[in-house]
Amino acid sequence: MAVITIREALNQAMREEMRRDENVFLMGEEVAAYQGAYKVSKGLLEEFGEKRVIDSPITELGFAGLGVGAAMVGLRPVIEFMTFNFSILATDQIINSAAKMLYMSGGQYKVPIVFRGPGGSAYQVSSQHSQALESWFAHFPGVKVVMPATAADAKGLLKSAIRDDDPVIFIEQERMYGSKGEVPDEADFTIPLGVADVKREGTDATIVARSLMVPIALKAAEELEQQGISCEVVDPRTIRPLDIETIINSVKKTNRVVIAEESHPFCGVGAEISAQIMERAFDYLDAPVKRLSGVDAPMPYARNLEKLALPDVARMVAAVREVSYLD
Amino acid sequence: MTEDSTAAATATTAIETEEQDTTTTPLAAAPSELRIEHEQRQQKQREEIHALNKETLHHLLYQMVLIRRFEEKAAEAYTLGKIGGFCHLYIGQEAVAVGSISALRPDDYVITSYRDHGHAIAKGIPADEVMAELYGRAGGCSAGKGGSMHLFDRDVNYLGGHGIVGGQIPLGTGVAFASKYQGTDRATLCYFGEAAVNQGAFHESLNMAQLWKLPCVYICENNQYGMGTSLQRAMSLQNVSEKACAYDVASEFVDGMDVLAVRAATERAVARARQESLPTLLEIRTYRFMGHSMSDPGNYRTRSEIEKFQERDPIKLFRENLKTQNMLTDEENASIEARVKDEVERSAQFADSSPEPAPEELFAHVYANPIVNSEQ
Repeated sequence: MAVITIREALNQAMREEMRRDENVFLMGEEVAAYQGAYKVSKGLLEEFGEKRVIDSPITELGFAGLGVGAAMVGLRPVIEFMTFNFSILATDQIINSAAKMLYMSGGQYKVPIVFRGPGGSAYQVSSQHSQALESWFAHFPGVKVVMPATAADAKGLLKSAIRDDDPVIFIEQERMYGSKGEVPDEADFTIPLGVADVKREGTDATIVARSLMVPIALKAAEELEQQGISCEVVDPRTIRPLDIETIINSVKKTNRVVIAEESHPFCGVGAEISAQIMERAFDYLDAPVKRLSGVDAPMPYARNLEKLALPDVARMVAAVREVSYLD
Repeated sequence: MTEDSTAAATATTAIETEEQDTTTTPLAAAPSELRIEHEQRQQKQREEIHALNKETLHHLLYQMVLIRRFEEKAAEAYTLGKIGGFCHLYIGQEAVAVGSISALRPDDYVITSYRDHGHAIAKGIPADEVMAELYGRAGGCSAGKGGSMHLFDRDVNYLGGHGIVGGQIPLGTGVAFASKYQGTDRATLCYFGEAAVNQGAFHESLNMAQLWKLPCVYICENNQYGMGTSLQRAMSLQNVSEKACAYDVASEFVDGMDVLAVRAATERAVARARQESLPTLLEIRTYRFMGHSMSDPGNYRTRSEIEKFQERDPIKLFRENLKTQNMLTDEENASIEARVKDEVERSAQFADSSPEPAPEELFAHVYANPIVNSEQ
């Protein structure tokens, strides 16, 4: 297996899918001539030309809607937001158009489109450029929401997202583009949407982690191992539809759970997972579900404050120890 | 179309602007001026009638009358509680949908706003299925899940009724993008009201359409009111067609009470789309005779203003001109009315007899590729 970065894995996924299906095209700000603000689309213009790799004006509502319209009549657009912060301008087209089109047309118009780009926290870019929006999108039936945490997941899930007939919100973590990992060499490697992955097996406590929280959870699990606590790390990978069965099965095994997330806690994905655990596995819990979220404040610029705003290894260790009644 | 015709269109626009400076709106001009303008336009329509064959002319009249009577029936059904929610009627604007869609091929696309019954019928969705959709029945064109504002029919390339003001404009732009990408010469007609012109979606779309040379015809149905707010109270520059120059898009101002003028302008725009892959903005000035929706008491405009526009009722004018030009006999007119009446009655009967959607339809079509291992 090749060891590549998440950036390269995403690039491979788009390249392979564009070779496979000429209806797939990439549109977004700086995706073509500039090779992508984060270089995810490097070399795609060269291979596929201006027809299929299209630099858009800074007009998020417009090109998101253009993508939805094109998808209604047979194309498979990949719409890149330079960051998901800018997708907020496009939410009308994502939520009112893409998510509802199939339903309100009585099943006549599907919208096979991927909205992708970096999300979550970045480094020292303050409040408007450093936030996690997955709970917004995941709230709505009709869209799928995917958040990969490894190079293999990034590639396999993006290929599946492009082939999927529904609108997919594909949130890459801005800090993780350079993270390396093994990716299978097989020609048509895909990972199905809606299937969680147990990133580490364990018996004493479950950490449900997604995106940037996955490597932090794995480090915390290593530290906890030293302290004699065996942690299982479950990565849902797809937020909607959520593979709740895998999470519940883990909780039934460990009886203790910490849900880690970058996003604000209020109305977050962690709150949803917590509620579902309570509904489905209440009798298996030996401690209340613990959420470890980003703080309930906008992201600050100052480096010291920014660190305080996000869950880290030390706080994740402490959270697991708390649900284990060790402190 | 050549650049000359674009310049001519812009010149027309400039004249309208001057008129607008001295009156409230071009069509709401003082009665004497209106009469002069009206008579000139009538004469033009009488001349244009002879460019079309009788069958086409009768079809246009039939469709306009069908939409009028369909909407009257819908209003009646609404008051009886058979139709719920929002119901935006098209009465007064029939010449716009009928004239413009008559310039299309069947494989061309239409997408519009929530005031979508007229376009749906003109594009060829059977009146039965439109009425059944308004009734919320399984036999509706959107299987009862879209309602009045969300009529869809893939079979006739009708891409919906959309409920967020201006939301369909980027969508129509994307449909035109796809036609070009796929190498076809299909045109897209994308309709919206003048109030949607104040939305960013309009400006973003026109910019992209000209930048990428997309075969989209943007049709602004300027009925002069965004719900209860007049154009004058909502738009700093009230001449919509003039805004096209900001994006280097060709534009025309069209009398929306003249079905043949609408058809001719759309033909020019569709030719530009097909042959040159270029967008056009048509501002078609019209007027709705009913309220914004069925729940609108209409206190924001006077009875006399409405009556003034009713003098230019597009159906009445067209019928009178057809008669004076010996293209319609009283018998033929009566036959059209009778056929329309029959079709509308049948649509209401079809809707009444169509079953409600089955309960399991609640969760059908949320996803095209449902994922079964999860709760959703």
